[in-house]
Amino acid sequence: MKLIIAYIQPEKLTAVKQALYEKEIFKMSVTNALGCGQQKGYHETYRGADIEVNLLKKVRLEVAVNSEYVDATVEAIISGARSGNIGDGKIFIQDLVECIRIRTGEKGEDAVG
Amino acid sequence: MRRWKKALIVMVVLALGAGVYADEAAPAITAADAMFTANNIWMMVSIFLVFTMHLGFATVETGLTRAKNTVNILFKNTAIVAIGLLTYALVGFNLMYPDTFIISGIFGFDGFGVVAPEGAAGLIDYAGGAYSYWTDFLFQGMFAATAATIVSGAVAERIKLPSFLIFSAIYVAVVYPFVGSWVWGGGWLAEMNFHDFAGSTLVHSVGGWGALASIILLGPRLGKYVNGKTRAIMGHNMPLVAIGVFLLWLGWFGFNGGSVLSGDPGAVSYVLVTTSMAAAAGIIGSMIATWSIQKKPDLTMVLNGCLAGLVGITAGADALTVMQAIWVGFFCGSIAVVSVLMFDKLKIDDPVGATTVHLVCGILGTLFVALSPDYTLGVQALGVLVYGAFCFPAAFIIMFVLKKTIGIRVSEEEELKGLDIGEHGMEAYSGFQFFTNS
Repeated sequence: MKLIIAYIQPEKLTAVKQALYEKEIFKMSVTNALGCGQQKGYHETYRGADIEVNLLKKVRLEVAVNSEYVDATVEAIISGARSGNIGDGKIFIQDLVECIRIRTGEKGEDAVG
Repeated sequence: MRRWKKALIVMVVLALGAGVYADEAAPAITAADAMFTANNIWMMVSIFLVFTMHLGFATVETGLTRAKNTVNILFKNTAIVAIGLLTYALVGFNLMYPDTFIISGIFGFDGFGVVAPEGAAGLIDYAGGAYSYWTDFLFQGMFAATAATIVSGAVAERIKLPSFLIFSAIYVAVVYPFVGSWVWGGGWLAEMNFHDFAGSTLVHSVGGWGALASIILLGPRLGKYVNGKTRAIMGHNMPLVAIGVFLLWLGWFGFNGGSVLSGDPGAVSYVLVTTSMAAAAGIIGSMIATWSIQKKPDLTMVLNGCLAGLVGITAGADALTVMQAIWVGFFCGSIAVVSVLMFDKLKIDDPVGATTVHLVCGILGTLFVALSPDYTLGVQALGVLVYGAFCFPAAFIIMFVLKKTIGIRVSEEEELKGLDIGEHGMEAYSGFQFFTNS
């Protein structure tokens, strides 16, 4: 069992969702996130004054999958989120120690399922 | 209390009397002067009310679109008022209301700028004591700006700001007053007894045709029509939409009430009644339609329906009976719901329903004038056709030239990120978090 966490450009979320859907990965959590990496922010202006925006709007995507789905999930995220520019984001993969479905009490791979 | 009031009245009367008798050399104020002042005040109040409509348009459009495009919408609405008024002073007013037509009934132009006739000719004698030259100019100028604003909502969330501003400037400076002169300027359609009281066709359809041509050339917003299906793109602030619709209704009291072109107590109050009845019936009509066609009643549809009723009654507010006004409002309101769904079927993306409210209901309202025995369906239909045949191609050509030169649509990336950052480099709701991915 793995937990895949990806930070992507907000405007790419629809494309990523679509790509995951095509690989039959339907379960995910999405949250708004702020972050900075190589992109190093951008400039906004307000009433003539510059504002340096360091923390950029990102979307954090979490998908818990069984091991055989890891490659498909990663491929889907990359195919949807990649534009080739700095700021496309990163994917982190962690081992998942346990998973419990609250409704039934199922555990492990069945609960991720 | 009573005594106080009586004493006050007596004092005021005495004071006024003393004033009159004190200086016998001063010219006496005639009844005509008093009427002129009263008429002119109502016309100026109408100016304020029509001005309020711009705030209504701004909030309706803001509310019905996504948070990431708010600055852009408000910017356009602010610029439009300025462009409309300034161009109307420069060319519009003299193009729309020429003293003499250069080409009989079709084209006239009195020169650039606005200059009031000297003395009484610009005041009490200007319109038979109904309003002054300046009142006339500003009232009509507010109307011109309204026509231009209609386009703004339809093209929202994807049009390049400079292209929109250029389009609006040309459309409101030349097209709107030129075609307006055919009816309100005393041109050929007026001579045929075509009736458009306050502008279902002259203002709303003219704006609507501009909007339709623009959104056909622009194409739909990304994600609106996917794999042949229509996807809802939710507006981000329903309270703002509601505020805007109520402001527009309030403004319509001036739009229609002022179009009486005097303070005539009977005519003005009657027009306010037909206007309100149509707005109310528009709400009920759209409510019934949305409730029966969709599963649950959609607030935005009902608010659109209110505006649909108002646009519908605008052409015949003085000519129809109260009962007819109610039916016109009811019909326009219910058709508005069908029309919004129909435009989506045709894959013509209009985020705020401007083409439905202003074009479809503007046409219907103009035709409904024929319910009055004084006007014929043939002439009303001819007017509708003529305006469509001129305004749609005119708008199409202006937009097409812009599309081939500076481009009219923002990049895909900018559209997804939002026009606030792309066009203006600033956010409307700094410090708030929302999803910008839709």
